[in-house]
Formats: sequence, structure tokens, C-alpha cells
Amino acid sequence: MHILSTIIEALPYILEGTLVTIVLVAGALSLGFCLGVPMAVAQVYAPRPAAMLVGFYVWFFRGVPVLLLLFLFYYGLFGLIGLDVGTIGASCIVLGMTSAAYQSQIFRGSILSLSAGQLKAGKALGMTNGQTIIHVILPQALRLSIPGWSNEYSILLKDSAMCFALGTPEIMARTHFVASRTYEHLPLYITAGLIYFAITMAGVTMLRRLEQKARIPGYNSAGM
Amino acid sequence: MNAPQNDTPILRAEHFSKYLTGRKILDDCSISMRPGDVKVLIGPSGAGKSTFLQCINCLLEPDEGEIWLGERRVDFKNTRELYDLRQHVGMIFQDFKLFDHLSAENNVALALRKVRGLSKAEALKRAHEELARVGLEDKAKLYPAQLSGGQKQRVAIARALAMDPTILLLDEPTSALDPELVGEVLTVIRDLAARGMPMIMVTHQMEFARAVATEILFMEAGHVIEQGSPEELLAPGAQTRTQDFCTRLYELCGETPVEEG
Repeated sequence: MHILSTIIEALPYILEGTLVTIVLVAGALSLGFCLGVPMAVAQVYAPRPAAMLVGFYVWFFRGVPVLLLLFLFYYGLFGLIGLDVGTIGASCIVLGMTSAAYQSQIFRGSILSLSAGQLKAGKALGMTNGQTIIHVILPQALRLSIPGWSNEYSILLKDSAMCFALGTPEIMARTHFVASRTYEHLPLYITAGLIYFAITMAGVTMLRRLEQKARIPGYNSAGM
Repeated sequence: MNAPQNDTPILRAEHFSKYLTGRKILDDCSISMRPGDVKVLIGPSGAGKSTFLQCINCLLEPDEGEIWLGERRVDFKNTRELYDLRQHVGMIFQDFKLFDHLSAENNVALALRKVRGLSKAEALKRAHEELARVGLEDKAKLYPAQLSGGQKQRVAIARALAMDPTILLLDEPTSALDPELVGEVLTVIRDLAARGMPMIMVTHQMEFARAVATEILFMEAGHVIEQGSPEELLAPGAQTRTQDFCTRLYELCGETPVEEG
């Protein structure tokens, strides 16, 4: 009974952390999306220097642990340029920039899977490359990206636990805080695990629904 | 119905050459279009027919040569003039190239909205008119994956016509179709020819070419080696390369030779 009351007592505090985690993930995914889409387009269509720049960005952010990036940016770079956005802001930015690297490759793969003819058809109608990319290429590529993006969501959600190291008051940090005081490690970490599990499932289910909804009529779900 | 005759060509492609991967795919090819002209490019595969066609609207930029729209030379290095040229020159592809995520009506409406600046309602109205012209008014809401090959190609034709092109390029418009669907597309093209739409068409449908073409251009190895009316080139005993090629084509397909058609 003692265990149960500890959990019940700690739950509001941990759930507040859940809100922080959700903000972190939503912010990072949005930032990653906003950067990732133009990066993918640049890598496929832009002249070589721009494409190479994106390649370098992706190489860097995929090649270094998230924990190191968090420390590098929060304690290092942000201090250097005098940027103070707090732990939540900093976590969001670093997770978002990392996610942009991964998301750009999801989108790039989808763009490359479309036939080159789609761009040609747009050009033949007098549309500019930009118009064709925005109105023809991206609507199709983003649909194809949803399964990969759902993967990125679930990975990012769990990576967000690393922000604990900056003192960001998210699920992991708060659970650790309570556990270190009450010594009820097992039940508390199980609770935190269940919360992560629930958010993962909720997000993945929503994305699966979106995928169904965005499906182009005439294409079967097996994807022909 | 006879198209109005006029001495100024509406479009001229002059002395086109094109290199791809170091090879000269197209060597000094020219074509000139007057109102009502229907010119057919034929020749063996690899002759440069598609390359020639795609150079005319600069989907492939010619390495040498000039494009004239009426009296005006098009500077296709200038993007504004390039986009303007492509609005004047409609193109139909072998594999349709419909926008897969858009319904038939929106396939037609998209460029009207984005290039012509029409409102959504205006663009859809025009789209329905064009779809009706190719006999697909009842398929407006369907997506490409829900249409047959022949229907897809007719949507593609409606999409090109909606931009009011001065000339239409057709790159083997029926060769990706099941045999029973070829007729419906040829009917649409025949109607366009009858209405005086200038067209340059790459095709192996020789019966059709003979019936509608005002001129046949026979290409081989990047050159136009014969050029003339179907009557001239395909006359019995004309002994032209064109006739020789067509005879071989018919032997392969097992159809009636052109002389009897």
C-alpha cells in the first residue's frame, strides 16, 4: 500500500513533467519538420554547394550522440553567443536540429521514390520548379513519409529523456528526483515507462490514422 | 475543316543539336509549324525523336539551335521566356505523367491556378469544360489510379489544352496503352487535328499518321533524313526509307501494309 501511495503522491508531479515532454517533442518535431523539408528539397534539387552543405549538416547531427549535442549547445555554444532560452528551449532546439537531420533523410527518400516525370509534367505546363515542388512533389512525398516519420516520432520521444541531463523538468528528470528521495525506484520507473509507452502508442496511432486519411484514392494499402 | 493558311510559321525550331553523355543525339534538326500543321516524327528507336520533341519546349535544353514563336526568337536561357514558351507549347507524354495525388479535375486545374492565376472556381469550371471535350465529364472526381490508361491519357490531353497552347507535342501518346484503348485516344487527337490544332507527334501508328499528318519526318541517328507529305513518302513504289521502315513495321505487327490501308 505504501508503494501505491508514493506513486499517487508523485503522479501529479510526474504528469507535469509529461506535459514538458510533450512540449519538447512537439516543438522538436515541428522545428525538425520546418528545417527538414527544405533540407530534403535542397539535397535533391539544389545546386551542388547547397546540397553538400545539407549533407554536412546531416553528417554532423547524425554522427554525434544527442547527449553530447545537448551539452555542446547548452553549455558551450549558447553561452558563447549569449543565447538564454532556458533548459526547455535549449532542449527543444537541440532535439529539433537533430531531428531535422533524420527527417530530411526521410523526406529525401520519399522525393526520390517519386518518378522524375512528375517534375517534368509540371514544367511542361509552364509551372516553375518551385511551384511544381510545392504543389506536386511535396504533397506526394509527405504522404509517403508518414510511416518513416512515425518512427522518428517514437525515437525522438525517447531521446527527449536525455534532456534530463540539462535539468529539463521532463518525465525522466522528475521521476529520478522522486525516486532518489523515496528510494521507490522500481515502481516509479515502471510508472514513467508506462507513461512513455502510452504517449508513443497515442502518437503512432494518430499518425496511422493520418496515413489512412491522406491515402490517395485508388492506391491500395499494400501500396502499389 | 480547313485550317486558315498563313505564311508566318507559328513556331520554328531551327538547327537543333543535342549532346547527351558526350554523344550527339540530335544533329541539325529543324521543324517549322504553320497553323493547322500536323507533323509526324517516325523512325527507329534511338533516332532522337523524343529528344527532338523535348527540345522544342526545352524540357531538354538544345545545345545548339534557335526557337522562334511567330516573329519572336525565344531566349530560353531567360527563365521568364522559357516558362512563357512552355505555356505556348503543350506536351503529351507516353506515360501520361498525371499528378498522382490529384483528381482528374484538379490535374487540369492546377496549372490554371498556379500559372494563369485563375481562382479555384474558375479553374475547376474550365477543367470541367476541357474534360467534357475529351468525353470525361463524369470522371472529374476520380484519381489517376482509378482511371484506365486511355482515360488517363485523355485527362493529360485535357490538362494540356486547358493552357490554350498554340501547338501540341505528343510523344508516343498511345504506345503505353492496351490495344483496345488506343482508339479512344486517337479519336481525341483526330478531333484536335480536325479543329486545326497544330501538332507534332511521335508515333508508330502509321495508319493514323497517314490519315491525319500533313507531313512526315523520318529520323535516323539524330538526323531528319526524309521529309514530305504522306502521299509522297508512302506512295506505292516510292522507294523511300520511310516506306521501307513502315513496311517492316507492318511485317512485325502483322497488319495490312500501308499501300492498301
